[in-house]
Amino acid sequence: MLGNAFILALRELRRNVMRSILTMLGIIIGVSAVITLVTLGGGATQQVTEQISSLGSNLLMISVGKRMGPGQTSGAEAFKIADAEVLDREVNGLVAVAPVAIGSTTAIYANQNWSTNVTGSTESFFFVSNQKIAQGRLFNVSEARIGASVCVIGQTVATKLFGSQSPLNNRIRLQKLSCIVIGLLESKGQSSMGSDQDDIVVVPLRTFQRRIAGNQDVNLIKVSVKDGVNTEDIKHELERIMRVRRHLAANDDNNFNVLDMKEIALMLSNTTQTMTGLLSAVGAVSLLVGGIGIMNIMLVSVTERTREIGIRLAIGALEREVLLQFLVEAMVLSSLGGIIGIVLALITAVALSGILQVPFVFQGGIVIIAFLFSATVGVVFGYFPARKAARLDPIEALRHE
Amino acid sequence: MTTTEHLGHSPPNPLLELRDVSKIYGAGDALMKALAGVNLSIYAGEFVAIMGPSGSGKSTCMNILGCLDTPSTGHYFFQGIDVGELSRNQRALLRRNYLGFVFQGFNLLNRTSALENVELPLIYRGINARSRRRLARQALLAVGLADREGHTPGELSGGQQQRVAIARAIVTGPSLLLADEPTGNLDSARSLEIMDLLTVLNRDKNITVVMVTHERDMAAYAKRIVHFKDGLIETDHQQEHEL
Ligand SMILES: Nc1ncnc2c1ncn2[C@@H]1O[C@H](COP(=O)(O)OP(=O)(O)OP(=O)(O)O)[C@@H](O)[C@H]1O
Ligand SMILES: [Mg+2]
Repeated sequence: MLGNAFILALRELRRNVMRSILTMLGIIIGVSAVITLVTLGGGATQQVTEQISSLGSNLLMISVGKRMGPGQTSGAEAFKIADAEVLDREVNGLVAVAPVAIGSTTAIYANQNWSTNVTGSTESFFFVSNQKIAQGRLFNVSEARIGASVCVIGQTVATKLFGSQSPLNNRIRLQKLSCIVIGLLESKGQSSMGSDQDDIVVVPLRTFQRRIAGNQDVNLIKVSVKDGVNTEDIKHELERIMRVRRHLAANDDNNFNVLDMKEIALMLSNTTQTMTGLLSAVGAVSLLVGGIGIMNIMLVSVTERTREIGIRLAIGALEREVLLQFLVEAMVLSSLGGIIGIVLALITAVALSGILQVPFVFQGGIVIIAFLFSATVGVVFGYFPARKAARLDPIEALRHE
Repeated sequence: MTTTEHLGHSPPNPLLELRDVSKIYGAGDALMKALAGVNLSIYAGEFVAIMGPSGSGKSTCMNILGCLDTPSTGHYFFQGIDVGELSRNQRALLRRNYLGFVFQGFNLLNRTSALENVELPLIYRGINARSRRRLARQALLAVGLADREGHTPGELSGGQQQRVAIARAIVTGPSLLLADEPTGNLDSARSLEIMDLLTVLNRDKNITVVMVTHERDMAAYAKRIVHFKDGLIETDHQQEHEL
């Protein structure tokens, strides 16, 4: 009986190619839209998550000024190296503390020059910022202490100044400072804020202060917290010590700001999630529209086919045989449409993720949901109108025009 | 099905029996008695022609005999079984296994080849693809349409469609063939061929034939002629001739 239903269903589909294609079109568009959008959204979310984890784990940043992002000072007094040393000594649960001074300058090598940011910091900087060495070496404790004329550069700077040539052991000029490139950092790509993390030159903090900035200022203290230690507690402890060191009275506001990178990360991933949510909603609407399309065509075709149902019943088909035929037709159409939609969606998603520079992340869940939804709509709306027609007396169905 | 056990009954039990059957359409002022208490017994092996003016209830009667419709009052016994008592599915199985029906309006599937139309009842009988093909071709050959098997109803003339409908009705080798004006759209030469075919089926395959016709010439092939008028049987007599 199932075999018969298959023969009959396939014959009907072949006979009504246009109607079959139209029915499938709704499913194809709905399924592929929702899968493409959700897949792209998922890729974006993953990209943000990866970028966040590349920021370094359990990172706190102390910056000068009130509740502002890094690099903004709003007139308050800068930190000193001693601040970082005290924090390192007095706060338990830290892995490393890196005082950071940043200035923008032009790096020059031979006749090439490149405007970039110079970071002055200690050897801890690399650990705290999750920067790894690709070639050469990082500067060591003694080079940091004496303020040696050495620097470690990022991939962008290396390409701009040296092209394809190795930068190691060459001298570059940063304002009055001429320093030897001792290391090349691994590429980290774009940060979640959109800046190029490879556009960087790192020199020992003392070198920076003496030879570039000409002062003892530290703009930023980066603190890496041990795993399993509550960053909230550390944050309070850092604030307490810094308030003492900056001689703030009990009712004074902080003139510095302790930023938990996790909070930023959370904010960013919330934003991407909202975006993914919106994309999914758009996808869901297209799936719904596709579903309504299927519904329409199925309803119309059953009305059209009431006479056919009458003929089949008159010839001796059982109600359930007629229904099974319609069910198989609907199932074949919806699953074929669903499969085409899935393939189309995956191709589109791969192509678009290339264009939008978002990683392609296969989302199995949405593929299954979209497929089941369209299959259900197809089957339900193929089945119920057909049931109504198959319950007519054959004579009544035959009279239907 | 329980009908098979009644198949063996000898002639005294009619194959078909209408007992005071009426069919009423509409209600109130629009009430219309298409059949007004018909009594009719048809025995296995008979060849019956039903005649009568348009609107006299011939098709209504055929639909009831074909288990497509049920009487408003009265009883229809097919092989001793009260069809009115059967479920929809049981009636469908009766149609499938014992009946061939030629509709007045053909009722072929559109956009479907003649061959596939004729195959259709065989599919529901569960006959395999190869036998289906063979039987369907035989039936088309019998109605003189072997060269048109790939044509859809839209590509066939009215008479050709009618012959496809006849092929579809006889392809299963039914025990009862009900034909509502099977020659209505045919020229006289074709009509005679079809009548010869029905006669052969009736005589050689022992298929009981009930046929509606307006033409005396066609009715002449039958062994018995029943005249309808205003939903009642006016006359009913055997013909003595032998073809
Ligand atoms: N579904 C229906 N609803 C209402 N009246 C109907 C219906 N079917 C048939 N009738 C009426 O029943 C009467 C008998 O119709 P029927 O089709 O049996 O006539 P007929 O003898 O076959 O006529 P013809 O020779 O024209 O085919 C007619 O008056 C017709 O109008
Ligand atoms: Mg009629």
